[in-house]
Amino acid sequence: MNIIWVALIAVSILAAFWTGGLEAVTKAMFDGAKTAVEISLFLLGIVSLWLGITRIIEDSGLIYRISHAFRPMIIRLFKTIPPDHPAITSITLNMLANLFGLGNAATPLGIKAMQDLQTLNEDKGSLTFEMMLFIVLNTASIQLIPFTVVGILTDFGSANPSAVVFPTICSTVISAFIAIALLFLFRRLMK
Amino acid sequence: MKTAAFISQFAIPAFILFAVLYGAIKKVRVYDSFVAGAGEGIEVIAKIFPYVLAIFVAVKAFQASGAFDLLKLALSGSFTALEIPSEVLSVAFIKPLSGSASTAVFTDIVRTTGPDSLASRISAVIIGSAETTFFVLAVYLGAVNIRRTKYLVPVCLIADGVGIILAIAIVKLMF
Repeated sequence: MNIIWVALIAVSILAAFWTGGLEAVTKAMFDGAKTAVEISLFLLGIVSLWLGITRIIEDSGLIYRISHAFRPMIIRLFKTIPPDHPAITSITLNMLANLFGLGNAATPLGIKAMQDLQTLNEDKGSLTFEMMLFIVLNTASIQLIPFTVVGILTDFGSANPSAVVFPTICSTVISAFIAIALLFLFRRLMK
Repeated sequence: MKTAAFISQFAIPAFILFAVLYGAIKKVRVYDSFVAGAGEGIEVIAKIFPYVLAIFVAVKAFQASGAFDLLKLALSGSFTALEIPSEVLSVAFIKPLSGSASTAVFTDIVRTTGPDSLASRISAVIIGSAETTFFVLAVYLGAVNIRRTKYLVPVCLIADGVGIILAIAIVKLMF
């Protein structure tokens, strides 16, 4: 992340020197700070909401039942999570929310999943393989129907807006497999 | 398509209803539990905030700097040679950085080239199959306060690149 952040900042400011858009870049940085506050406030609402709901299912024991039910599926990828651990539920719910395009649930539940995975982490300062796998699955964005995109195509009078659904699913599934394969490959190379 | 739309409409209220009723049946003080859980939200967001701030400042600066245009200029030649509409480039580069900006760019492409053009279709597949990688990284890494990311970032970026090439190839094959 360090290199990327330096690169983004340096390239932006140097490119602005080149094109004469320095003022625009300065303004954009302060705009970015403002956007970060707005997004964080929005996240504060939905994250608190979902943390409230997940606390209810923790206290009622439902979370352990869901973990138990979905363990056989999740354990294929996340091999080191112990049986009935809450992380299984938060990962499952995050995946389901992603699948159905429920962004407002997926991000908060993903945050919860990261925290649940962190309880299993022995070296709190660096990522476990399970955490990386979870993030990679999220950045691969496995989604059944891209509702936003189909909606925009419909609005502009497309003859067949759902024509893009099948190619999108193909593309997203194949790229998710490639991403996971890459992660396993890197693990082998880095050992 | 209809079933999926139905499920995504009803999944959340149904789940919340079930969670609350199940809790009540198990004699949990549901309201107290909810408030106690929700109270942790502020702490979580306070942890995530600096990560989100860092990424938004960098991404917005990058978008405003004109670096995009220089990059597009450099790459548009090879795109024309491969018979790929050059509009696709903007979506491909903006999608990993910003969700709202990529939707705006996509809407613009649909408006200018028509909803059934090759450019619109490729962009649609890219937007549907890619994720705002930098935002996800910032939020999820922020949630656990981890800065040592090992090989995660290169894997995500290579996967993004492959995903975009794949999206272009699949659309060109299918239409």
